[in-house]
Amino acid sequence: MGKIMLEVNGLTTKYITRYNEDVYAVNNVSFKVEEGRSVGIAGESGCGKSTLALSLMGYYFAPLHYMKGDIIIDGRNISGMKPDDVRKNILGSEIAYIPQAALNALNPTRKVIKFIEDVVRVHNPKMHKKEIYDLARERFETLNLPAETLNKYPVELSGGMKQRTVIAISTILSPKVLIADEPSSALDVTSQKMVIKMIHDLMELGYIKSMIFITHELPLLYNVTDDIMVMYAGQVVEYGSAEQMVFDPLNPYSKGLMGSILVPEDGTRDEKIVAIPGTPPNLKNPPDGCRFAERCKYAKPHCRVYHVELTELSNGRASRCITSEQELREAYKNE
Amino acid sequence: MKNTFKQIFRTANFLIGFIIISIVLLFITIYPIFNPGNPLRMIGQDSFTPPGTYFSLYDSLDVSHVYTFRLEGADDNRIYAKLSDTDREHIKEWLLLFNDYDDIFEIRAEDIDLEDTEGLLGLWWEHFDPEVRFDNMTIAERRVFARLDVNMDRLFDFYDKEVWMYNPESGESEYLKSVGTLDYVNVSDVANVRILPLGTDNFGRDTLKQLVSAIGTSLMIGLIAGLIATGLGLLLGLIAGYIGGIVDDFIMFFTNLFTVIPGIVLLILISYSIGQEHRGATTVALVIGLTSWVWTTRAVRAQVMSLRNRDHVNLSKLSGHSMPKIVVKDILPYIASYVVMAFILQVSSGILAEAGLSMLGLGPATTESATLGLMMNWALRYNAHLSGAWWAYYPVILVIALISFALNMINTGLDRVFNPQLRG
Amino acid sequence: MNSREICLSGTGVTKVFGFGNNKTVAVNNVDFNFYSGELVSIVGESGSGKTTLIKMLLGLTNMTEGEIQFLGKPRDIHNRSKKKEYWKNIQAIFQDPFSSYNIFSKIDTVLLDCIHMRGGRGLPKQKKIEMMEEACRFVNLKFAEMTNKYPFELSGGQMQRLMIARIFLLKPKILLADEPTSMIDACSRATILDMLLNLRNEIGMTIIFITHDMGLAYYISDTVYIMERGKIVEFGSANDVILNPQADYTKRLLHDVPKIHEPWEFSKRRAVVASESSV
Repeated sequence: MGKIMLEVNGLTTKYITRYNEDVYAVNNVSFKVEEGRSVGIAGESGCGKSTLALSLMGYYFAPLHYMKGDIIIDGRNISGMKPDDVRKNILGSEIAYIPQAALNALNPTRKVIKFIEDVVRVHNPKMHKKEIYDLARERFETLNLPAETLNKYPVELSGGMKQRTVIAISTILSPKVLIADEPSSALDVTSQKMVIKMIHDLMELGYIKSMIFITHELPLLYNVTDDIMVMYAGQVVEYGSAEQMVFDPLNPYSKGLMGSILVPEDGTRDEKIVAIPGTPPNLKNPPDGCRFAERCKYAKPHCRVYHVELTELSNGRASRCITSEQELREAYKNE
Repeated sequence: MKNTFKQIFRTANFLIGFIIISIVLLFITIYPIFNPGNPLRMIGQDSFTPPGTYFSLYDSLDVSHVYTFRLEGADDNRIYAKLSDTDREHIKEWLLLFNDYDDIFEIRAEDIDLEDTEGLLGLWWEHFDPEVRFDNMTIAERRVFARLDVNMDRLFDFYDKEVWMYNPESGESEYLKSVGTLDYVNVSDVANVRILPLGTDNFGRDTLKQLVSAIGTSLMIGLIAGLIATGLGLLLGLIAGYIGGIVDDFIMFFTNLFTVIPGIVLLILISYSIGQEHRGATTVALVIGLTSWVWTTRAVRAQVMSLRNRDHVNLSKLSGHSMPKIVVKDILPYIASYVVMAFILQVSSGILAEAGLSMLGLGPATTESATLGLMMNWALRYNAHLSGAWWAYYPVILVIALISFALNMINTGLDRVFNPQLRG
Repeated sequence: MNSREICLSGTGVTKVFGFGNNKTVAVNNVDFNFYSGELVSIVGESGSGKTTLIKMLLGLTNMTEGEIQFLGKPRDIHNRSKKKEYWKNIQAIFQDPFSSYNIFSKIDTVLLDCIHMRGGRGLPKQKKIEMMEEACRFVNLKFAEMTNKYPFELSGGQMQRLMIARIFLLKPKILLADEPTSMIDACSRATILDMLLNLRNEIGMTIIFITHDMGLAYYISDTVYIMERGKIVEFGSANDVILNPQADYTKRLLHDVPKIHEPWEFSKRRAVVASESSV
């Protein structure tokens, strides 16, 4: 078992709406990521995936507010730190974050190398320009990015290239955790594959120690990460290895989610995909008991009454369901 | 819809603007009821009569009921009023000259308070010596001071005044009555009293009355100009944006043409060529409206072009709706809030444009109606600012500023509600 | 297969935007035959010209060159009444449900418009309501909950279902669906796809499905057309095109799309698949 790079304990964050209502978008989330491993987060839109990514950075700004829980990065608890300290000491060197619209986050009037200088200098203000350039050049070359990119303006780069450059810039300080929130969803499939290949190389070469990858595309998640965590209504409902989660989901919600996978491979046409009826609950006042009970076809009356915790199963898996593993497997077999 | 209205009226900016405009409108409707008549009638023979209450001196002598009051300080007031500003200046002048002349007497200019009648007179009587001859002083100047000294004694002559009436038939004057210092009449008993809160202008016209009618005319000019500009802009913008192609090119050619010619130049040229006699308020409004549609056209066109490609418009086409129906039902509602805001701004800029034009002497014909711009023009032409007649132009400036401030406030208020990016 | 009737076909369909140096060819000399009752997918990445193609098929955009035949006859949409007639036979569902509705008109209006278009203007009110109820039932919505509501009060999935209800009322011969599922969640996606299949199976509608998702196209369609930069590079039955691609572009796309049973060559899943197959 490797060193634990990221440990999250009971993290709860909320949004405060314009009408002063609390929306608990991330509710009591706990998980661990070991060195050299990656975790994917899956779920419908509005289930708290992106909010979790923002919360993990420890950098909160309105309307998002920290409530409770710990975020421990390589033994250092960053929850409750001041935003300014987080920005100076954590972002970039400990955690790197790549948002969905990173493509357009670059100031078009500055060269790529300037952004790298900015990132490096926040943590190492004395570093010489030449040194930074050499560091960037070496990193770009190992990642198969042309070194000339450093002297180009963002607008001169194509979409896929821009995204790879953004990733290279944000990981220049070899962060311990990379949080990637749909980094490739705006790209065509070929660029997407190249972006993912680069993230993969970063992991292999040890430039990033661990990764959280968020996407709604399950086949992509399966290809990228070691483990998959399924979120529903702000809670983790199932956790397991990618194979287990895709081929043998246990939680009824994960089962429904995995049932919607469509890939251009033999066999896709033979199985009918089934929708999960209904819509996710409103997080302003979530239902008592299991939050998925309303839409679950295996739900029993007591599901709506008792609150269920995420329960550890064998093989390092965990699931949030009141019905036992055997019963669920029985039910799935009978379909 | 109902919610939106609620939200609008909850916006502070809108509320401030709305209240100001309401007060102005209320005032200009109510005031003429209490003070009817032609606002352009010249009531005074003098120009720039200061604000105040005027009553007929002649009629006041005929008031039958005369009251007697022993008021404290009445005499002081009388002396104060009798000693004119010029006299006070002369006293000061003499004292300062005497200061230079006499080695013992010492007084500084800033120590002499012109308002302090008692102090001034005290200084005068203590030091004035008709025998003193200053260097470089002409005899005429010396006489002025001598005369002042004589007049000064009269300040205290509080004798009764006799009123005699001249009878042209007999050619004789006959004694009527005598008026003492303790006699008072009630102003309401005087047959002719006129309150002029803002005095009169250079032609002797009641400034406030004129102002009220000018606000009305200017608002109407703004409204007509705004309606024409917004209507034309909306129509051309809709056509150019929705139909596109050659029609768009053609309309945009004209729009660009109007854009590059500065609006004010165009306005001046058109106004000048119409000629003074034919320029009524409506004509001016028309001219302003016809020169300021350009920006509305551009903005509406841009919005319609992006709306035209929205799927709901495509779907509406697929449902077989006719073009007018699509424009009215699927495009107009989306830009309505913008158009209303543009209209409010056009009204405000129309009022300002009229003021600018009239200041230059290209406003509506001067004999027909007053506008805010014309009032400024008159004040400027007859040097109100040199004669210190603030009442002839300050209220006008204030009203123009207030109206355009209020309209802009309404606009930003609406913007805050309709522009989702500004919502906090 | 010979008995299949060609519903919509095109030869040399071309669309050029701009002129001179700014010329871009969005759709380049495209030929196609869509058969009645078929579910055809047009697959292409962004910028491949698939949306421009369907706009031309709908008659919302003029063709620069080429000819479109509808039911064996050259399509005639030169005036409004002809267009209206054409649109009774060909309808569309668009990508973004949130921009597909006029936010100022109520849901009833959207559905009533469809009844009126089918010549039901004179029907008694009760009959109209019954028709709307039937359409809502078809897409699993309750009409009673829909009346007097504005479209934006629904969720994305519900809005898209309502779009299908609209098609159900209009009953056109051809339905062009422009990425109807790309803006909604994977879980509600299945519902939309089911309803489209129902339209095809129950009413016999020809459905032309535009998508960038190979897996989705493979799952739903009978025939697949692959578009690259305005050109159709390959077409054929879904099984042929997806499982045995001939064109280089299709091969590349299929190679780069993330898959489950055959993960990317650098993916750690690769090892797992290899070890499983060796057992």
